[in-house]
Amino acid sequence: MRSRSARPFSPPLSLVFGALLTLLALSAASSFLPPAGWKTIAGLAIAAVKTGLIALFFMRLKWQRGLIRVVAAAGIFWLALLATLLSADYFMRGRW
Amino acid sequence: MNPATPIVTGDAAAEARATTNQLGMWVFLTTEILLFGGMFVVYSLYRGVYPAAFRQGGQTMDFWLGTLNTAVLLTSSLFMAVADRAVRANRRRQVTACLLVTILLGLAFLGIKSYEYHAKYAAHLVPGSRFRAGGGRAPQLQIFLFLYFAMTGLHAVHMIGGVAAVSWLLALNVRGRLSPARAEPVTMVGLYWHFVDCIWVFLYPLFYLVGR
Repeated sequence: MRSRSARPFSPPLSLVFGALLTLLALSAASSFLPPAGWKTIAGLAIAAVKTGLIALFFMRLKWQRGLIRVVAAAGIFWLALLATLLSADYFMRGRW
Repeated sequence: MNPATPIVTGDAAAEARATTNQLGMWVFLTTEILLFGGMFVVYSLYRGVYPAAFRQGGQTMDFWLGTLNTAVLLTSSLFMAVADRAVRANRRRQVTACLLVTILLGLAFLGIKSYEYHAKYAAHLVPGSRFRAGGGRAPQLQIFLFLYFAMTGLHAVHMIGGVAAVSWLLALNVRGRLSPARAEPVTMVGLYWHFVDCIWVFLYPLFYLVGR
């Protein structure tokens, strides 16, 4: 049985950095493809994955206790609420 | 008993202090998410209304400098994270080296940004009475460039604060005031530094890739 005190998976920081640079290269390379609607979504998705890597490993959220993770998630939650209500207001009023 | 005397001492107290510090920093970062978040929402709404002007605006951006600056910031974050591990491992010289590299990369980022701002100024792309671009779409193009200056400007102000904070860490380390038992300042400033990095990670596709 695995001991509870076993160290959780901790990748070397250089590996995380390599992944970040690879994602940046991917994002930059996509801009050389012909224009398409999916490119914005792809760019933001790559940014989200990069932020996830930074938050988990550089900001050490992976090893934090629940309380701090909840506070970090709350920030994203309030932002989602702000965006949703603002967009709802905009769409309810119709186009400018 | 002196009221300032801690009731809990030793490892438990140190751990509680570290949690409290980090919790405080995360609460601050949450307010920062909303500060920048409001601007991201404004960007999204205007981009939905004026997609053509935003594409045109994106073409005024320097793709290569934006990409280079993203790499510079990601690298600075790596060195900040290594400094955090080094201080906990009591490797003082490595901490000094990493903090120094972080500061230099932060300054390099600000230098490249200043160069870009100057190029925009010279090309009359700063919103206002001297704005000369876009023809019939000039008003909408100015909204895009206003958002560019407001969002990257607010980010740059955060970078200046970050460079000042890392310089303070460097001074603490040189004077021998950082140790595995007193590593919290590095973790706190690190959280802030990485957060500012994350903001740029989103600014990059929204401004530098939108016109491509």
